[in-house]
Amino acid sequence: MKAYDLAELAVRNLRESVLRNSLTTVGISVGVASLVAMLSLGIGLQQLATKRLVKSGLFDTVVVTSRRDLRNFNREEDRGGPTPAESPALDEPSRQKIEQLPNVTETYPDLRFITSFNFEDKPHLTMVAGIPASYRTNDAFEGMQGSFFSSDTAPEVVLQKSFAAELLGKTAKPGSNEFPVADLSKPLLGKEMTMRYAERVDLPPTSGALADSKQVAPPAGNDSSEASNYSIVSHELKVKIVGVTDLDPDSMRGPVRARVLLPLKLLESLHVVQPTALRDTTQASSKVPTYATVSVRVKDPARIQSVEDAIKKMGFNTFSILDATRSLGAFFKVLDMFLGIFGSLALAVASIGIVNTLVMAILERRREIGIMKAIGASDGDVKKLFFAEAGVMGAFGGALGVALGWALGRVINAGTNFYLRSQDVAPQQIWFVPWWLVGGAIVFAILVSLVSGLYPAARAARLDPVQALRYE
Amino acid sequence: MIDSPDPKLQNTVQAIRTQSVCRHYPMGESLIRAVDGISIQVPAGEFVALLGTSGSGKSSLLNLVAGLDRPTSGAVVVEGKDLARLSREDLARHRLHTVGMVFQSFNLIAGMTVIENVELPLRFAEVDRRRRESLARAALERVGLGHRLRHRPSELSGGEQQRTSLARALINRPKVLLADEPTGNLDSHTGTEIMNLIQEFNQSLGMTIVMVTHERALAEQYAERLIFLADGKLVDDKPNTPNVAAVPSEGARA
Repeated sequence: MKAYDLAELAVRNLRESVLRNSLTTVGISVGVASLVAMLSLGIGLQQLATKRLVKSGLFDTVVVTSRRDLRNFNREEDRGGPTPAESPALDEPSRQKIEQLPNVTETYPDLRFITSFNFEDKPHLTMVAGIPASYRTNDAFEGMQGSFFSSDTAPEVVLQKSFAAELLGKTAKPGSNEFPVADLSKPLLGKEMTMRYAERVDLPPTSGALADSKQVAPPAGNDSSEASNYSIVSHELKVKIVGVTDLDPDSMRGPVRARVLLPLKLLESLHVVQPTALRDTTQASSKVPTYATVSVRVKDPARIQSVEDAIKKMGFNTFSILDATRSLGAFFKVLDMFLGIFGSLALAVASIGIVNTLVMAILERRREIGIMKAIGASDGDVKKLFFAEAGVMGAFGGALGVALGWALGRVINAGTNFYLRSQDVAPQQIWFVPWWLVGGAIVFAILVSLVSGLYPAARAARLDPVQALRYE
Repeated sequence: MIDSPDPKLQNTVQAIRTQSVCRHYPMGESLIRAVDGISIQVPAGEFVALLGTSGSGKSSLLNLVAGLDRPTSGAVVVEGKDLARLSREDLARHRLHTVGMVFQSFNLIAGMTVIENVELPLRFAEVDRRRRESLARAALERVGLGHRLRHRPSELSGGEQQRTSLARALINRPKVLLADEPTGNLDSHTGTEIMNLIQEFNQSLGMTIVMVTHERALAEQYAERLIFLADGKLVDDKPNTPNVAAVPSEGARA
């Protein structure tokens, strides 16, 4: 029989006992719905967990440190490299060289130091970090109150909300809810505070070997090549508070959370003394800036490994979050699998329903099968017809089930968000139905139905027409 | 090929030939010999009636010729093919193309309209939709049901149902028409109409007809040959002169 005729006959036969077949189809759809709801929940949770990480740039960032720092993140593999003394310095030329590597979109030094701010005549000590302009599009600043820096050199700061709370003299009790960012930002936005910092001023080689650290620097414009001598000059800078954020975008990168963020270019221009500067005095390097760490952003997380390898070849240590998230991925794979198995249980029950319906149909349509055989239907025709009926029920059940699962997911999502809101937590999308799941669920439903149809179809095909026609 | 016991018959084309055909069913401890060593030959174009009481084996023999059943032993050769040696697939093809069947209880599919019932064999023959429709229409017009195409079998009278089933048997232009008590469920007037149609197929299309009946009068009225069975065995086989000339039935417009 032709496929079209087969489908037409199958649909016609299903319509003949519409109630029973509809119930069976609903059974399949409930199975598919539970599968879709479970998997979409798993996928949604996974996306929720990784979205911020991906968008914050952690997945496409390689952190580069100098071997001279003796800070080996990947100790095992780096043991064979050059000894710290022989390895290159992580300075401006190195940074530019890294930037020339293929697939690298951006490199910037990681500038952070501890200093104090005066706000309304009270000093507050905290960690400061420089933020490159590319962070403007970073989703870690989602939900920030106020605005991003007006320019890359503007004397403006974005506060982390715990520091904002400290400035306002509010302290959250442990365990209690934190203050909403909006409440904290209102009295602070637009206000000024004063940052104290220590500037490194290089001395000409002719001047005294060890100058008093409080000595005022000679006028600028001195382009001496020897930089091992420098003095530290205390400065103050008035900065304007333009934003308050509830997240530190770098929280996974540095050992200490920076609570005040400044434009990176501005911070670089201040020549603040870095911890590495001390070592420079003993190693007599040039006056070019040297960095403790450089962050390298890669075009695509898939290229991380090749970029890391290239940087390692240059003699630096590297670290990326990718290794750390591999186990996260494995966790979600297992979670998806378990959710899938639970979802499939309902579908397995539904498939028993298909077998039952079709076996019943054989008993009921014994005579019809006999007639079809008497007028020339082959075993194969009868088998295919029952297969087609199972397949059509699977297709309808699958489509209905996807719709049902989608609705179910929405309800679960809405319910969860209602609960989250009652707990003062921002609503989240914990449910996501990708297109492959829609198509996959329908195909899976059809496959399960066809497998369920195997036995009834074979039984119908074997039916003896003489016996079948004898019944009146 | 099996040698014919009667050399005279070898000259004519045999539509059906059985050679010591047996069909035995085990029934509990005993063995039912429904067909027990019957050898008959039916030349192409002959109208044969199989007569006997119920349980004489006439329907069982018909099922063997139809390819609905397989003989326990012996040979059943229809249009040159020994059905005992055909695969299940080839037997289905035999039922589809070589023989057409009508039954006492019509055996129409209740869920399908008249025209759908008639074109069903064409679906199995993979004839495309348009051609199917026109062939089914023509067959129904031939049996005088051109105006009842979209009705369900339950909306038809018994005679109309049997006409539908005749149209269905006719649709694939089979060489042999097998009729199992075709008038058994009909009143005598309607039965006559159906018999006239069958006789017309025999005469105008040259179809070989094998009709099972227990009504001797009906058989003598239409058949050219009467074969009597009892207890699965052939008891008599004699020519007959039908005493009714072919009269087109009221509904037939062929």
